[in-house]
Amino acid sequence: MSTFSPRKALLAIAAPALALIVAFVVTSVILLAFGDPVVEVWQTILSAPKPRQFVQIVNGATVYYLSAVAVAVGFRMNLFNIGVDGQYRVAAFAGALFAGQAWFPGPVNVILTIIVAMIAGGLWASIAAYLKVKRGISEVISTIMLNAIATGVVQWLLLKVAVKQPGSNTITTKPIPESSQLDGLSLIPGAANKVYTLLLLAILVGSAYWFIIGKTRFGFDLRATGRSETAAVASGVKVPRMVVTTMVASGALAGLIGMPLLFGQDHNYGTTFQAGLGFAGIGIALLGRNHPVGIAFAALLWSFLDVQSNALQIRAGVASEVVFIIQGVILFAVVIAYELIRRADVRLEQQRVARELSAVSPDAPSVEGARA
Amino acid sequence: MFVPGSIGRIVSAARSRHDRHLPAPPAARSPASGPGRGVVAITAPAPERPATLGGAEYAVELEGITKRFPGVVANKDIVFSVKRGTVHAIVGENGAGKSTLMKILYGVQRPDEGTIRVDGKEVHLHSPSDAIAEGIGMVFQHFQLADNFTVLENVVLGAESLHGIGDGARREIKRLSDDYGLDVDPDALVADLGVGARQRIEILKVLYRGAKIIILDEPTAVLVPQEVDELFDNLRELKSEGLTVLFISHKLDEVLSVADSITVIRRGTTIDTVDPKSVNARQLAELMVGAELPTPQTEESTVTDRVVLRTEDIVLGSAAEGRNVLDGISLTIHAGEVLGIAGVEGNGQAELVEVIMGMREPTAGRVYLGDTDISDWQTREIREAGVAYIPEDRQRHALLLEAPLWENRILGHQTETPNVKGFIIDAAGAKADTERIVKEYDVRTPSINVKAGSLSGGNQQKLIVGREMSHEPKVLVAAHPTRGVDVGAQASIWDIIRQARRDGLAVLLISADLEELIGLSDTIEVILRGRLTGTFDPDTVTAEDLGAAMTGASADPTDHDGAGESR
Repeated sequence: MSTFSPRKALLAIAAPALALIVAFVVTSVILLAFGDPVVEVWQTILSAPKPRQFVQIVNGATVYYLSAVAVAVGFRMNLFNIGVDGQYRVAAFAGALFAGQAWFPGPVNVILTIIVAMIAGGLWASIAAYLKVKRGISEVISTIMLNAIATGVVQWLLLKVAVKQPGSNTITTKPIPESSQLDGLSLIPGAANKVYTLLLLAILVGSAYWFIIGKTRFGFDLRATGRSETAAVASGVKVPRMVVTTMVASGALAGLIGMPLLFGQDHNYGTTFQAGLGFAGIGIALLGRNHPVGIAFAALLWSFLDVQSNALQIRAGVASEVVFIIQGVILFAVVIAYELIRRADVRLEQQRVARELSAVSPDAPSVEGARA
Repeated sequence: MFVPGSIGRIVSAARSRHDRHLPAPPAARSPASGPGRGVVAITAPAPERPATLGGAEYAVELEGITKRFPGVVANKDIVFSVKRGTVHAIVGENGAGKSTLMKILYGVQRPDEGTIRVDGKEVHLHSPSDAIAEGIGMVFQHFQLADNFTVLENVVLGAESLHGIGDGARREIKRLSDDYGLDVDPDALVADLGVGARQRIEILKVLYRGAKIIILDEPTAVLVPQEVDELFDNLRELKSEGLTVLFISHKLDEVLSVADSITVIRRGTTIDTVDPKSVNARQLAELMVGAELPTPQTEESTVTDRVVLRTEDIVLGSAAEGRNVLDGISLTIHAGEVLGIAGVEGNGQAELVEVIMGMREPTAGRVYLGDTDISDWQTREIREAGVAYIPEDRQRHALLLEAPLWENRILGHQTETPNVKGFIIDAAGAKADTERIVKEYDVRTPSINVKAGSLSGGNQQKLIVGREMSHEPKVLVAAHPTRGVDVGAQASIWDIIRQARRDGLAVLLISADLEELIGLSDTIEVILRGRLTGTFDPDTVTAEDLGAAMTGASADPTDHDGAGESR
């Protein structure tokens, strides 16, 4: 978050661009190897989306964005909340259950439901925070376990409160009252479907994330802890407290993931509620480098690939799951590229500093750069 | 080669001394005093020297070794030769290029120019395994041993093909141990062994792999004086068996006592090779630094009777060690007083600092700032109350290496102006103040937006010191404030500590540099195994007295019985 320089901007763009190219090449090779029609696949994926698909892309990205921000909060202090997946399911279930009771009218119900979901997600995450701070258990392990437990707990509770959908095998919570259902926004001209109203929530969350992490004292402490825990301790950061706060915040944000789906699409929580969003968030946060704008682009790209791949089976005769290969390779490539570029950046800057300093005092070649 | 004018960069912070560096060009140094060739070589790379001649006499010869890193020259025209069966020391300041040189010799890095000859034969070392094949072995400063393995297992690890992993290996280890007097039991568990024994295992590992030339990188840094003596006995043993030892150090007394020949490196190039019998430590130091040594010197006492920082019977237990790491530490520091703590590393200094800074909860004891009991305060509250802190390991405890300088200026003072306005980081304020610190404390950097990790150690430390002195502190806790910094930065940090003392701060100075302690302190306490074992007056004490007290060898330590009142 330092001042802008062309060199930095170039380095920031280089890695994702490189990763996309690598993904393109690797996927093509795999398709070729298995005799699939490479050209048709790319034509399908890279064709211009129709307005209807545009709406789907934005809607998918909204949910991904919330998920990735929830993960990114933890990443910024080296806390790997793998449990976003479980947290959002617990929270979506709790929210749907609450909203379905219709205790409050229309919009009030929406806002209170969102709060309930955040509390549920935060509470679920606080188990992992407690175990880490008090028992020294790695959050990676505990959140993975908690994901499995969340699946079971939600399923079990769902059976207790479920209403049977007529004419289908799915069971769901009681649908939320119509007054609380959010119709959506007609943002994209020519599309019959609508963009989730809670796109606004994602924008709000992104702005708050940018402000709190980048501009506040709390954000500074959080980032300092992520960069060097030892230095943070010496600077007066109470690391255990930061761990709890961040983990709970991450869980509370995870609680928001299901909200656009709940109010804009499903209107209940059931066995068909979209799964796996938490894991997608991990990849998207990585791709977007935990940056509020970067994550937005990454979420759009992910959602774009999702939506565009739907037509693969029909138009190219290739299973749409090919898109997982593309997404996976992008992630691999981008993680490697970021690390390479980070090292290059450090080295380049050291050279630049050494050069500029020796230019100041030309008669004194520095040897200090040789510390290592 | 060496141009006198180029000293500027290191010493220029101490501008008053700038013109007083040793004026003598290297060629003027008496060549007769050195062991023949090494001294002759410094006048020119001497390319005409016949290679065959060295065959028997020299184990290693380096000629014109140059290594450039982007933007810097780490080694330039390194020339020296090491006689077989001798201990040859390489001395130089931190950052003089010793480590790079040794990495070149061990095949970790390749020189851009120059030749290396081993036993008179030119070699090209591309990797450590090449070096090992040529009979060159290296013992690193940080041991590379697996604690939960036995000595035998550690030694054979990676060399299983030599003598197997069973009785053959055990016999070989015993033989080496007996031949070179290393006193190593192959079946002991490494976790049970002390530092000295671990170092002998490292040496044995190298011998096991057939090394005839052994490089030791700062081997005494981790040892207590008795262990140093034992190590030197081992080295003499190795030497008498015909092995060659290259010994890297900056501890001049040790070098003088063990080496047969000493090569001085300064600013990446060989300055001279001298005979230890013909120089004393001070002359050697001046060769190393290239200038008259700046000595820390206190001025007249500014000590008042106002107590600023006081600790009372601090005890810190340790489950791991079975004894108290800190055992009844009581000290008092007055306004305008520098209290120095002398001790061999690992005797509780680091823990004492952490207790005072609130980073560690003591088992018992209180800490007072003025009249206020701050024992239960958090680190942040203690810092806000005016305790400035220069940690011993600046890269781990005082900096965010990947953050720009101005964010590092905020670190440790996240709640204080000019860094914040309420709960919001005041980037503009912090940046402006970083500019001020950079200017006032002479931090050499092209900009305040570069990462802290891009600066040299000395400039990092000046930034830290500047930051800590920018919040009107009442107390300065400085742990090894000049460790690993260049001479120029050292002089300015000393000046800052003196100024702090004049300004009425209470300064707790922890240092391994006895001259620094003697020069800056008003009172020196010696810490040994977590206890304060003696109080000394820096005006009368010598480094030898302190050294003896630090190791517990002192005949008459000042009776202390834990009271610790310095006056």
